[in-house]
Amino acid sequence: MKLVIAIIQPYKLEAVKEELYKSEINLITVSEVLGHGRQKGVTEVYRGAKETGNLLRKVRLEIAVNDNYLEPAIEAIIKGAKTRETGDGKIFVLDLKECVRIRTEERGSVAIG
Amino acid sequence: MVNSGDTAWVLISSALVLLMTPALAFFYGGMVRRKNVLSVLMQCFIIVCALSIQWVLIGYSLSFAPSKGFWGGLQWFGLNGVGLEPYSEYAGTIPHQAFMIFQAMFAIITPALIIGAFAERMKFSAFLVFTLLWATFVYDPLCHWVWGIGGWLRNMGALDFAGGTVVHINAGIAALVTAIILGRRSNLDKNIPTPHNMPFVVLGTALLWFGWFGFNAGSALAANGLAVNAFVVTNTAAAAAGLSWALIEWIHNGKPTIFGVCSGAVAGLVAVTPAAGFISVLPAIVIGLLVSLFCFIAVTIVKPLFGYDDSLDAFGVHCVGGIWGALATGLFASKLVNPAGADGLFFGNPKQFLIQLATVGITIVYTAVITFVIYKLVDLFIGMRVDEKTEAIGLDLTQHHERAYTVLE
Repeated sequence: MKLVIAIIQPYKLEAVKEELYKSEINLITVSEVLGHGRQKGVTEVYRGAKETGNLLRKVRLEIAVNDNYLEPAIEAIIKGAKTRETGDGKIFVLDLKECVRIRTEERGSVAIG
Repeated sequence: MVNSGDTAWVLISSALVLLMTPALAFFYGGMVRRKNVLSVLMQCFIIVCALSIQWVLIGYSLSFAPSKGFWGGLQWFGLNGVGLEPYSEYAGTIPHQAFMIFQAMFAIITPALIIGAFAERMKFSAFLVFTLLWATFVYDPLCHWVWGIGGWLRNMGALDFAGGTVVHINAGIAALVTAIILGRRSNLDKNIPTPHNMPFVVLGTALLWFGWFGFNAGSALAANGLAVNAFVVTNTAAAAAGLSWALIEWIHNGKPTIFGVCSGAVAGLVAVTPAAGFISVLPAIVIGLLVSLFCFIAVTIVKPLFGYDDSLDAFGVHCVGGIWGALATGLFASKLVNPAGADGLFFGNPKQFLIQLATVGITIVYTAVITFVIYKLVDLFIGMRVDEKTEAIGLDLTQHHERAYTVLE
């Protein structure tokens, strides 16, 4: 089992979700995060004061998958989020020790899907 | 002779109607996604600024200077000759400039209503040019025809107390035309946008209702019995429509919603607008109860059926409600309420209903055609719609370099 964490551009969320659904990956958790990358964001200006060095708004996805779904998940995220510009984001893959479905108390692979 | 009570009431009413445009900004702003809320507030606010200037320079003259022609002449350019003495053809007991500034607020809110149709996808520069052209070539002539001295619809006997035709049908049709040509927002079918701040919608509705007393009761242009009648029927129709929309939802969807009550109240205010100075209180209840039914059908059945993306239902509420109001005026108007008006169909004068019907038809055709032409012109030179990436990022950051809400301090 793996835990996939992806940081993507907020406006690419719809496209990524759509690609994931196509690969039959339906269970995702989404949160809004701030982060520093190499990229400069859209300039914001408040009463003439420019803000470019700020933390940028990103979207963070968490997806727990069985091993055979790992590559499809990565491919789907890339397909949805890639623009070739700086700021497209990152994908992190972690080993996942355990997964418990609270409702049934099932554990392991069967609890993920 | 200037009457101090009348002048005070018209000045206060002008301020009330001005407040309706920022109120509309919050009503609409709450309905859009949060990445676009500032763009809607900005569009409404810049209209207040731009149209205020347009109006004192040329708008008032084009709309209200006496003329039998297409629009009023330019003899009142820059308010030349529009002074502090009453101009009795329009209002005999208040300074001419009081009438002018009251009318300015109507000229401001009308183009702002259209924003509801093209929210979340129009380029700001194009919007600004489109709005100024629309105000000058659609609002000003139509205003002249219905309310100006020598206006041919006025001479035909059309009844429009506070702007059902000039404001609501007019803006509503322009809304439909722009929504159709501009096309649907991207990803609409996969991800239905939900209102980002419902309390803003409620706040906006409350302030619209409040301001509408200036809109309708102020249109009596005097602090008199007619103003009181307009005030009472305005409140009654809004209340009936708010109740009615909630009831329809309760039956149709299982639960009444605050969004529904707000939509109903605004629809009721729209519908009673042309009738406010001509009807009594019981017809106001009927107008209110029925307008929610018509608008509910327009936004939940007709809109999905034809697939146009009238984002915030500017057509579905203002045009549909406005048409019902204009026709209802032809049904329920009574000289017992206002001797200067006319009797409607239910008071033995079917001709008035036909005049109302003709006025509605003429407005729809004129506004649709000219709006289409202006749209195409601006689209040719500037381009109306933002590109897909801009739309996805949102108009706040891309058009104004600002955002409404921070995530952390």
